[in-house]
Amino acid sequence: MASAEKHITLLHGGGGVYMHRLIKDYILPRIGKHRRAVELPLEALADSAVMDGIVFTTDSYTVKPIFFPGGDIGRLSVAGTVNDLCVMGAEPLALSCSLIIEEGLSFEILGKVLDSMKTTAEEAEVDIITGDTKVVERGKLDGLVINTAGIGRRSPLLDHNLERVRRSGRSLSSRWLTASNIRDGDKIIVSGPIGEHALAIMIARGELGLQAPSIGSDTAPLNRLMEDALRAGGVVAAKDPTRGGLASLLNEWSERTGLGMIIHESRIPVSDQVKTASEILGIDPLELANEGKLVLATAPEAAENVLNALRSNKLGRDAEIIGEFTKEFDSVVVETEIGGLRYLPMPLGDPVPRIC
Amino acid sequence: MIPDLREILKHYRDPRLAKRLVEKIHEISKDLPEVRIMHVCGTHEWTITHWGIRSLLPENVKVRAGPGCPVCVTPASDIEAAIDLAIDGINVVTYGDMSRAKGSRMISLEDCKALGGRVRIVYSFIDAVKMASSNPGEEYVFLGAGFETTAPLIAYEVSKGLPKNLTIISAHRYVPPAVGLLAESYDLEIDAFINPGHASTISGMKAYKEYFERSRKPMVFAGFEPIDVLIAIYIILKQIRENRPEMVNEYLRSVTWDGNLRAQRYMFEVFELMDGYWRGVAMIPESYMAFRERFSSFDARRRYGLEEGRGDSFHAEARCADVIKGRIDPPECPLYMKTCTPSTPIGPTMVGVEGTCRIWAQHRVMGFRCHGGVCRFSERS
Repeated sequence: MASAEKHITLLHGGGGVYMHRLIKDYILPRIGKHRRAVELPLEALADSAVMDGIVFTTDSYTVKPIFFPGGDIGRLSVAGTVNDLCVMGAEPLALSCSLIIEEGLSFEILGKVLDSMKTTAEEAEVDIITGDTKVVERGKLDGLVINTAGIGRRSPLLDHNLERVRRSGRSLSSRWLTASNIRDGDKIIVSGPIGEHALAIMIARGELGLQAPSIGSDTAPLNRLMEDALRAGGVVAAKDPTRGGLASLLNEWSERTGLGMIIHESRIPVSDQVKTASEILGIDPLELANEGKLVLATAPEAAENVLNALRSNKLGRDAEIIGEFTKEFDSVVVETEIGGLRYLPMPLGDPVPRIC
Repeated sequence: MIPDLREILKHYRDPRLAKRLVEKIHEISKDLPEVRIMHVCGTHEWTITHWGIRSLLPENVKVRAGPGCPVCVTPASDIEAAIDLAIDGINVVTYGDMSRAKGSRMISLEDCKALGGRVRIVYSFIDAVKMASSNPGEEYVFLGAGFETTAPLIAYEVSKGLPKNLTIISAHRYVPPAVGLLAESYDLEIDAFINPGHASTISGMKAYKEYFERSRKPMVFAGFEPIDVLIAIYIILKQIRENRPEMVNEYLRSVTWDGNLRAQRYMFEVFELMDGYWRGVAMIPESYMAFRERFSSFDARRRYGLEEGRGDSFHAEARCADVIKGRIDPPECPLYMKTCTPSTPIGPTMVGVEGTCRIWAQHRVMGFRCHGGVCRFSERS
């Protein structure tokens, strides 16, 4: 099927089956080789790479509209990259900022976006230390595209956190928070209500005729929240559920570990507004992107501690333990609110393009 | 306003109520011989699959999906006829899922479009009307598939008058006679029916009376929340245990004895019930909504000399017909999730949004293994 595809479609950017296939079958074989030793290389497909003690990542932001309830492209471009660093167990240090601007963009809009980048960088305590600016002809771009790259170093709390895991006599496959550390029985924690970012964007586009004033994007830098979790100790893997949402993240973990998991639907935090709006639109909140949520895998005995640590932070006050890894199933199984079981498949792609 | 709706819905998804119902279902079905319940609505299948209801049922209670997907039962020859018109330069307008169903030549309207045929996809019949009125120089044919849930809307538009350049291939089917036929198909061994909530909201319970009286099989009209379905299953099992079959309305908030009289008036003003072929099932008496003489100028069959819909014409190895009739579950078909998938559909049941194979595939169900009364998913194949 893949060989019959001739062109890139929006599905290829959707964080689901198609995007994973594009990366694995097409991009990696061409540019994935490296000459120097890389501790966590491209083919590990982690949120960041690690080389010579430097944690490094990059992300581009094409969100439409540029301003939306709960955030804007500037806040997103800082938070998204900070989050990709911190979920590895890194302390984010500095970012780059590349602006690709469409001819005709007003200084007012650009100014607002840059101010928002600055505020968010201050919130995350990172500096923007390098950058680039390009302008393209009118019509060749939709307003503004931002790319940020970020570097970080190993968080001093990461070793403390992993020590907690080792103390129970357990060995770890990676010294970073990657899926390879996960074992049967590990608990899965979500740091708060899901689905808000993607829905806020969809509604902000005004094409659906829906109004839901209380749904705003959750865009936020998560490095402080992550530190709280690491301080509690016992986290073995972490990720942020962006495109493809929780469904994509959990399936990725299941695939990487070869383990199944049972997820209790009633424990997944979802606001009533998001639930209702998703139902009207016929989409699953589990497949919706988030920009301010963490998903953590923890050693079973550490879960409660980590949960309480998350809940003590404003960004994690609605955190929940939503399930656990189990050998009993071969992939992601959801126990529905009424107690029935169903599979949660890998989404084909995000229901909406250009959400981040 | 939105949160209130949510409050109402919570009762129909209450985990404690669900647990008690499941306990009662297990209790009342204890020692009963295998009970086969059929529903005939794609939305019921979605509810049952999405909420994992089959995994909660005792081993001796089976729920099967019958012909509840309009796209699936639309005869192959109607698809062929539409494809031929599209190739001849007439604009064929239909729903997205209908356009992906393959006819006997194993091509769909969507394939025909890729080859240059004139195919337009709409969300609703009203869009087809708008399309035809804004392009008066072109001819439009709407391939209308659907049950009594969609037919009244089309009938209403027809009764108001359509643009002269728009006609309709009516592939509309009426559900009650199909339930009647299935109830009396002894080879299927169906013991009871969950009757369709949406379709019965239009037709009313009265439309099923003669079929119930002939078959004396429990028929429960049910809503689409998980608690609705669990209650329906419980009522059926209770009737079977007590050997007192009845027609019962569980979906009180929508279904009535008489149904939606206004919708019925428009529907039967424009259409009359004739014998009609249901793809994968059989010729079913008085189940096809044909244009009445008075409205024949809107009938594409007359304008273009098309025959009435006939023919199964499934892929030789596919078991679509058995899935549509509810004789087998999708994983028993050798093509299911192998060559026939949602992105490469072969049979109509993988195409229709209400098709059983499509719903199972979306939830990646490969089958169930039951042991010791506990149902577990079987391994991924």
